[in-house]
Amino acid sequence: MNATIEKPRVRLVMTDTNRDALQNKELVYKTSELNLWYGDNHALKNIDLDIYENEVTAIIGPSGCGKSTYIKTLNRMIELVPGVKTSGKIEYRGRNIFDKSYGVEELRTRVGMVFQKPNPFPKSIYENVVYGPKIHGIKDKKVLDQIVEESLKGAAIWDEVKDRLNENAFGLSGGQQQRLCIARCLAIEPDVILMDEPTSALDPISTLKVEELVQKLKKEFSIIIVTHNMQQAARISDKTAFFLNGEVIEFTNTDKIFSNPADKRTEDYITGRFG
Amino acid sequence: MKLIDHTKVLKHMKPRIVSNIFFRLLFMAATIFGLLILGILLYRVITQGIGYLDFQFLQNLPSRKPEQAGVKTALIGTIWLMGVVAPVTLLLSVGTAIYLEEYAQKSRFTRFIQVNISNLAGVPSIVFGLLGLTVFVRALALGTSVLAAGLTMSLLVLPIIIVASQEAIKAVPKELREASYGMGATKWQTILHVVLPAAIPGILTGGILALSRAIGETAPLVVLGLPLFLAFLPKSVFDMFTVLPMQIYNWTGRPQEEFQGVAAAGIIVLLTMLIIMNSIAVFIRNKFQKRY
Ligand SMILES: Nc1ncnc2c1ncn2[C@@H]1O[C@H](COP(=O)(O)OP(=O)(O)OP(=O)(O)O)[C@@H](O)[C@H]1O
Ligand SMILES: [Mg+2]
Repeated sequence: MNATIEKPRVRLVMTDTNRDALQNKELVYKTSELNLWYGDNHALKNIDLDIYENEVTAIIGPSGCGKSTYIKTLNRMIELVPGVKTSGKIEYRGRNIFDKSYGVEELRTRVGMVFQKPNPFPKSIYENVVYGPKIHGIKDKKVLDQIVEESLKGAAIWDEVKDRLNENAFGLSGGQQQRLCIARCLAIEPDVILMDEPTSALDPISTLKVEELVQKLKKEFSIIIVTHNMQQAARISDKTAFFLNGEVIEFTNTDKIFSNPADKRTEDYITGRFG
Repeated sequence: MKLIDHTKVLKHMKPRIVSNIFFRLLFMAATIFGLLILGILLYRVITQGIGYLDFQFLQNLPSRKPEQAGVKTALIGTIWLMGVVAPVTLLLSVGTAIYLEEYAQKSRFTRFIQVNISNLAGVPSIVFGLLGLTVFVRALALGTSVLAAGLTMSLLVLPIIIVASQEAIKAVPKELREASYGMGATKWQTILHVVLPAAIPGILTGGILALSRAIGETAPLVVLGLPLFLAFLPKSVFDMFTVLPMQIYNWTGRPQEEFQGVAAAGIIVLLTMLIIMNSIAVFIRNKFQKRY
C-alpha cells in the first residue's frame, strides 16, 4: 500500500499442512485444540481451524455459540476480560500466540480488528486514521498524509470525507463511521483483519458497500468475519465455519456448506430451522 | 378480558390527580425553602458588608481600625494555598485513579483500598487538621507554613478527587479502549491518547469542586494554628500565612460592631471566589460534555 513503510512478512514453511487443501495458499492461523473458559463457563471446546491467506473466512452460528470469543482470541483481545483461561494452541504464521515471549502489542500490529458497533475516537477523521501509525512510532507528516489518503481510499470512503478530514468523526453517519473504522484498521497495514458482525448496525446500502470492500480487501489481506446473515456469508466468504455451543460443527468451502452441508445441525441452522 | 371495570377507573382518577398535585407542591415547597434561606443569608451578608467592600478593602492589610481593615493578606494567602493544593491533589489523585482503574488487578487488596478511599472522604476535616499538625507542622517541622497547610488540605480533598477521577475514567466507553488496544497500542498509550482526553473534563470538574471546598475549610487550619492576624504576605511556600476563612473568623470575634460589617465584606469576597470556581467547573462540564 505504501512504499515508505516496509512490511515485514515472515514466511515460514509449514510442515504438517495438506497441500491440496492449500491451493498453494499459505496458512495464516492454525488453531489446534483450543479451549477457553470464562470462569467456569466452557465457551470454546477443542477448536481446530485453519485460516488461509487472501481468503475470507466466515464464522456463523447461533447467538452465544462463541463466535466473538473465538475471533477475540485470535488477537488476544479476550485477555481484557478478567478470569479468562485458555488451553491449546493458536499459531499465527507459525508462532504460538500464547507463548510468553509473544508480545500482544506485536501481534495486534499485524492483526487488525473491526468491531460490531462503529467505534471511532472522538477525534477528527484524520486523527482517527493516523492513530495506529502514530502509536507505532511513525511521525513523518508526509507519510501520515499519504497513509490517510490510501487508507480512506481503501475503505471506499475517501470521496465522502476528503474535504472534511479535520472534522470530528462523530459527525459521520453510522455506515461512514464503520468504513472509517475499517480505514483506521487498514492504516496499520495489517496482515489479517478480524471483523465481528461489522454490518449488523448498518443499513442495506452501507452493508453492501462494506461487503464490496471485503471482496476487494481480500486480495491484500486475510479476513475473518463473524456474521448472522447467511446470505452475507454465502456472498462474500470462501470458507465458512459453523459454530454451535462452543464447538466447530463444520468447516469447509462456503459453496459446499450452503449447498450440501455434511452435518444435520448445519443444515438446520442455515435453513433457519433453529438458531 | 373483562378484568378492568372502567367506571371504577374513572372514579379513581380524581384522587390520583389530587395526590399528584399535592406532591408537586410539597417538593416545590422544599425547593423554595432552601432558596429562601439562601436568599436571606445573601441579603444579610450583602447589606451588612457592601458598605465596607471597595477596592481599598482588597488592597489593605488587616488593621485594628475597621475602616482601614483589608483582606489582602488573607486573599493572597488563599491563592497561595490553592497553588499548593491544586497540583498536589491533581497529580496524586489522577495517578491513583489511573492505577486503580486501569492497571491494578481487581483483587481483595484493591477493594480494600477502594473502601478506605471512600471512608476517608467521610472523615471530619478536623481529624485531617490533627494529622497535619503531627506530621507536617511538627514531625517535618514545616511550621504553620503554606506548604504544611497545603499538604493538609490536599489530604482532605484527595479522596473526593480520586473518586471523581475514577468515575470519569470509568465513564470512558470500553469500545474506545478496545479500538486502541486492537491496533497494538500499549496500556499507557491507550491511557494517554484515549482515556485521559475523554476523562479530563470530568476530572477537572471534580477537582475544581473539591478545591472550592478546600478554600472554605477552616477547622483543620485552626488546628494547625494558622495566625488569625497577619500583616505581611508569604514570599515562599515555607512562610507563614493566613486565609480568608481564618480572617473572617477573626473579624467576627472582634467586640466592635463595625467588624461584623468587615467580616460580611470578607464573606462576599470568599463567596465570589467560590462562585467563580463553580462557574468554571460548570463551563468545563458543558463545553467538553461527553461527545460519545
Ligand atoms: N465477558 C464475558 N464474561 C463471561 N462470559 C462471557 C463473556 N462474553 C461471552 N461470554 C459467554 O461466552 C459464550 C459465548 O459468547 P460469545 O460472545 O462468544 O457469543 P457469540 O457467538 O458472539 O454470540 P452473538 O452472536 O450473540 O454475538 C456465551 O455463553 C456467553 O455467555
Ligand atoms: Mg458476538
